Amino acid sequence: MIPEHLAVLSIVLYFIGALLIPLLARFARGMSWTLAVATSGGIFILNLAGIGGVLAAGSIRYAVGGWAPPIGIELVLDPLSAFFVLMMSGLACLVLVHSRRLVPEELPGRVTVYYSASLLMLGALTGIVLTGDLFNLYVFLEIAALAGYALLGAGTARAAVATFRYLILGTVGASLYLLGLGFLYLASGTLNMADLSAITDVTGLEPLMVIGLVFIVAGMGLKMALFPLHLWLPDVYASAPSTSTSLIAPLGTKVAAYVLIRILFYVMDPDIIRYELPFTTVLGLLGAVGIIWGSIMAIAQTDLRRMLAYSSIAQIGYIALGIGLGNVHGFIGAILHALNHACMKAGLFLVSGNLRAAGRSQEIAALDHTLQRTMPWTTAGFTLAALSMIGLPPLAGFFSKWYLLLGSWEKSNWIFIIVIVVSSLLNAVYFFRVIERLYLPKGDVKPAKDDPAGAPAVRLDRHFTLVVPVVVIGAGLLLLGLANLAIVRVLIQPMLPEGF
Amino acid sequence: MIELIDGYYAYWFCFLLLTIGLYGMLLKRNLVKKVIGLSVFQSAIILFFIIAAYKDGSTVPVIDPRIGSDQPAAYINPLPHTLMLTAIVVGVATLGVAFALLIRIHGKYRTLDEDQLIERMK
Repeated sequence: MIPEHLAVLSIVLYFIGALLIPLLARFARGMSWTLAVATSGGIFILNLAGIGGVLAAGSIRYAVGGWAPPIGIELVLDPLSAFFVLMMSGLACLVLVHSRRLVPEELPGRVTVYYSASLLMLGALTGIVLTGDLFNLYVFLEIAALAGYALLGAGTARAAVATFRYLILGTVGASLYLLGLGFLYLASGTLNMADLSAITDVTGLEPLMVIGLVFIVAGMGLKMALFPLHLWLPDVYASAPSTSTSLIAPLGTKVAAYVLIRILFYVMDPDIIRYELPFTTVLGLLGAVGIIWGSIMAIAQTDLRRMLAYSSIAQIGYIALGIGLGNVHGFIGAILHALNHACMKAGLFLVSGNLRAAGRSQEIAALDHTLQRTMPWTTAGFTLAALSMIGLPPLAGFFSKWYLLLGSWEKSNWIFIIVIVVSSLLNAVYFFRVIERLYLPKGDVKPAKDDPAGAPAVRLDRHFTLVVPVVVIGAGLLLLGLANLAIVRVLIQPMLPEGF
Repeated sequence: MIELIDGYYAYWFCFLLLTIGLYGMLLKRNLVKKVIGLSVFQSAIILFFIIAAYKDGSTVPVIDPRIGSDQPAAYINPLPHTLMLTAIVVGVATLGVAFALLIRIHGKYRTLDEDQLIERMK
């Protein structure tokens, strides 16, 4: 009974969780966290079953409400969407576990609402990935965005200002998507993705559809913070409550990239997109500029979270570059990097959350080697994630960059190769700056003077909810790197679009 | 040139509205005016769908016994209207969140002018 409903279950469960949390809070205080973690953990297990089922028995298509597509709304669990949903639910579960101490500390009195909104956002993000209907995607996009504004703007007034700017730009992005969807609908008369794909196979890409695609790419570019549409991102990430950033930074932008991949390579004919129209060229070039720009700006930052935010812009550039390459290795690189970057960024922002939980400042200059004794697991997690970000084998980050390099090599695209190599060096510059502060004592300080060796240091990351997610992600990065061949063979090869 | 305009007035008007909305969002310094620009922008897209669904000489999509149900061309396509109902709801929700954020900003900084806001945030 369950297998055919796997496509809809995770969305429904998230939304039910979002409704139950405020109801339950009336009877049992402090249950919100437990319920949120239980919901997201359960969904993660369901999605594991889902991806297994999809790989064994093919895609699962679910007609919502029994209305057969193309008239009704369809949810599709295919290798691509199952992969993204699994990644999102796993990371969401870890971040929610981590939020146990931080949310009551940063948002006293609003814990219930906060968890309710975060499950609402996760459900909508899952919906974006799973839906097979263009308009349904818009609705989920706006639900996710509205819940996201609530999460991001909940903290300080500074966060509210940054979120207001994001709201204006994000709504423009979603509206542009809606406008593009209108053009596609006018040209084809359908909103169902599979149906639209079948129609374009017969009619080809009409000029009206090309206009629609331009609007959609622009709108999604805004949502995924593709250079030069990235300006909203750093302020939002740097001022929001730490849990919101850890939740939205790895997932929000990836989902927009997913929509681009889905529409350009699956709904449309990838050959037309790649060879006849300049979509992929533009995406690749903007990605390349974004990589360099984001990395340079990250070096210039003095605040840890702003640095990570700019690094996000650079990493989004990698995904856009992979889409822009438009060959098998580029595609694998983009998907793998979406997964790796989501894990790395979640890990890094969780570390920044641990610093806040320990009452430490986010200024890079304020970090020092005492942290390595008071928060050993946290600094170890940071180091692993940072090394993976730079791209040291055998950590996960190396392999996605390797596939992107292979893809650029195949296309003899020397500019992209130079960009990837230079940006890895720039990554090393801004991450080693932090790692050095964490592990090496400053020259003028005698380390063992008032702090005799062997004395138990005051552990600041004592609570297990703060440590376990960071350690799991750190170990996960190692595992993802070692298992990358299996991931590519088993998970990514089956999702390659037709014609690749 | 004239064939680009003749018969497409509504679309030109619609894209003029889009531009006005974009102008309001990008260049107005007052945050409430930005929200107004946002609203204009969304309304323009809603109008675009409604215009596209309109057919000259056809009637509302409720079955008329004089026409019957076998002549779909005699009715206006109802789907864009239903889609736009959803889009209007989304737009209202967005406005609500935007105003909630503005109340928070005004409560702290006592201004909604962007230049003053940047100065007071330092």
